Amino acid sequence: MCVIGAGASGLAAIKNLREAGFEVDCYERETSVGGAWNWRHDRSPVYAGTHLITSRPLTEFPDFPMPDTWPDYPDHRMVLSYLERYSAHFGLETNVWFGTEVVSVAPAGDGRWDVTTQSTGGGSSRVQRYAGVVVANGHNWSPARPEIPGDFRGQVIHSAQYKDPAQLRGRKVLVIGGGNTGCDIAVEAAQQAGTVWHSTRRGYWYAPKYLIGRPADQVNDRMLKLRLPLRLRQWLYRRAVALTTGDLTRYGLPAPDHQPYESHPIVNSQLPYYLGHGRITPVPDVTAFDGASAVLADGRRVEPDLVITATGYRPRFEFLAPELLDTADDGRPDLHLHAFARKHPTLAVVGLVQADFGLFPLAHWQSVAVARWLRLRVTDPQRAAAVQQKESVRPVASWSRRRVVPTARHWFEVDHTDYLRAVEGLLREMEPVS
Amino acid sequence: MRSGLLRFEDWTDPVPPVEREVVSLTEDARADLPPLLFVPGLGHGAWAFADHWLPQAASRGYAAHAVTPRPGGDLRAHVHDVVQVAASLPRQAVLVGQGAGALVVAYAMGRYPVRAAVLAAPVMDGWPTLGAALRINPFGTLPALFGGRLRLSRKQLFGPEMPAEDAQQHLDRIVARPRRELVMHDPAPRPVGDPPVLVIGSPDDRVVPRTSLDRTATRYGGAPLLFPGMGHDLMLDVARAEPIEAILDWLDKTLGDQGTS
Repeated sequence: MCVIGAGASGLAAIKNLREAGFEVDCYERETSVGGAWNWRHDRSPVYAGTHLITSRPLTEFPDFPMPDTWPDYPDHRMVLSYLERYSAHFGLETNVWFGTEVVSVAPAGDGRWDVTTQSTGGGSSRVQRYAGVVVANGHNWSPARPEIPGDFRGQVIHSAQYKDPAQLRGRKVLVIGGGNTGCDIAVEAAQQAGTVWHSTRRGYWYAPKYLIGRPADQVNDRMLKLRLPLRLRQWLYRRAVALTTGDLTRYGLPAPDHQPYESHPIVNSQLPYYLGHGRITPVPDVTAFDGASAVLADGRRVEPDLVITATGYRPRFEFLAPELLDTADDGRPDLHLHAFARKHPTLAVVGLVQADFGLFPLAHWQSVAVARWLRLRVTDPQRAAAVQQKESVRPVASWSRRRVVPTARHWFEVDHTDYLRAVEGLLREMEPVS
Repeated sequence: MRSGLLRFEDWTDPVPPVEREVVSLTEDARADLPPLLFVPGLGHGAWAFADHWLPQAASRGYAAHAVTPRPGGDLRAHVHDVVQVAASLPRQAVLVGQGAGALVVAYAMGRYPVRAAVLAAPVMDGWPTLGAALRINPFGTLPALFGGRLRLSRKQLFGPEMPAEDAQQHLDRIVARPRRELVMHDPAPRPVGDPPVLVIGSPDDRVVPRTSLDRTATRYGGAPLLFPGMGHDLMLDVARAEPIEAILDWLDKTLGDQGTS
């Protein structure tokens, strides 16, 4: 089996494929594990102040808990040390070829794959044949940059290049993007920069990190545990935000144009605080640059000397022909459970999912399902065919979030309980008959 | 059916952290052998392994650790404690549980992929154990049914050869307040990662009846390894060296096989 990438998802894939009895080769272009969470990697989106936005119990691997003495929201250094310990604990690095990039993955017939690799330093390429390929190359490394017309005299960087608050000190900063990164950077700018504008296209539900003294996601899961209907949860969410964050339109932010749970959650307790202190000025979309100024959708102009576009990332699979993942022209792959290639039973992607939940547990269960599926194909092809048949009629709406704001950011948005129930259903179908 | 993936209890009500007592012997540990983590049973602590089994395992090249699960904790908290300590070890661990500690290990195996596990004199189904305890030691057992202390007797834990003073010394250290769930718990979950599991016990154990031992062994796909003449506390009884040697032999063989396959 071949695993591409030794970040959190790739490590989970190695471990779970090995547990299912497979031999694994993992290719990693960097020289260490940790993927996006390893700030030493040049493609890492991590900045100095990065913390988890989901709390520890909802973020740890289900079979390898983080130390219970860690804080509710560990920072990126802790998360990296956790991934390094996970890797060392299960001896995963013995299966990883570091400094090796995957150039192409091509079907070789009969469900097998020819994987072409090359040393990151260059040199000759090497082709190896595998019985299956698990892609875990991450989806937060290829920056999506907005196309803003006009010339700008100041500096424009993507949030991927933002590493340290010192970059902001004393400057006039415009942060573009209302995602969690955009809000985090706006807050850091409020603490460091001279002037801060925060440009968002729409209003969001800014959830606090804590509710009634508990991490907010844990409170949210209490409601999910009780299986409260979506409408009621939306009402409770609005009430909770009203009572904690309060009405932000007062500061000039637009009201949300969607219901709670229809966009990826924004969790930030400090943004409203700095709005209230006048340290952050909310502004609408940037429509153009003009010399020293940025032109806003409402016609106003602001004159920043640093623009940070926190406009997210796009998934990229240069080593795969687009039709293998049923990738549409806009770059959106169409995968069963966001993991299984629909026409290639031995090709899967792990970790390509966004949720109101930590990614590690989702990547864990995805890779468990992938490993069991690949194993079942070997041990009992007939049952595998039956499972495939059954899965092909599983309605997308049962595991994918139905109503979301239609932007690329929500391509892979799922509700973690619906999603995990669907994965569990698949795992049950593949259970050995006793 | 209970979900193995939706762990709401852990997500919304995590077990609070505590200081845990862990006794470790790691000086002579070989890098190619996994660490062992010993889990004591009801009323016992890491001390029960500290004098004999721990040094013996260490002398054969294993990093040997024993944990005392939090006093007064329920089964969930004890499983949490064991998994926390296991995950804190540098390599994938082998869990060795004795008595009710074996039940904790059986549950922990559902959460953490152990390298291998040993269930020694496992108290896996509580009813036969409760029945045996009431028959052999009614006055020590009855108060525990009403929330009082469980007074274990010498003949429950040790074989006839055990010197009376030694036995008394151990008995004095045991503070056992069994919880209802020791008897009324759900069946242990299926181990994750399909690890090799060894069940050992004694046909003369007055706590775990032979039928119960066989049932547990069958569940994990084998027959129990027996040490006739010994009592329930295999790690303290006179012949305590034999079971641990057998465990280490089994580990050497099993892990060696895994390594070469």
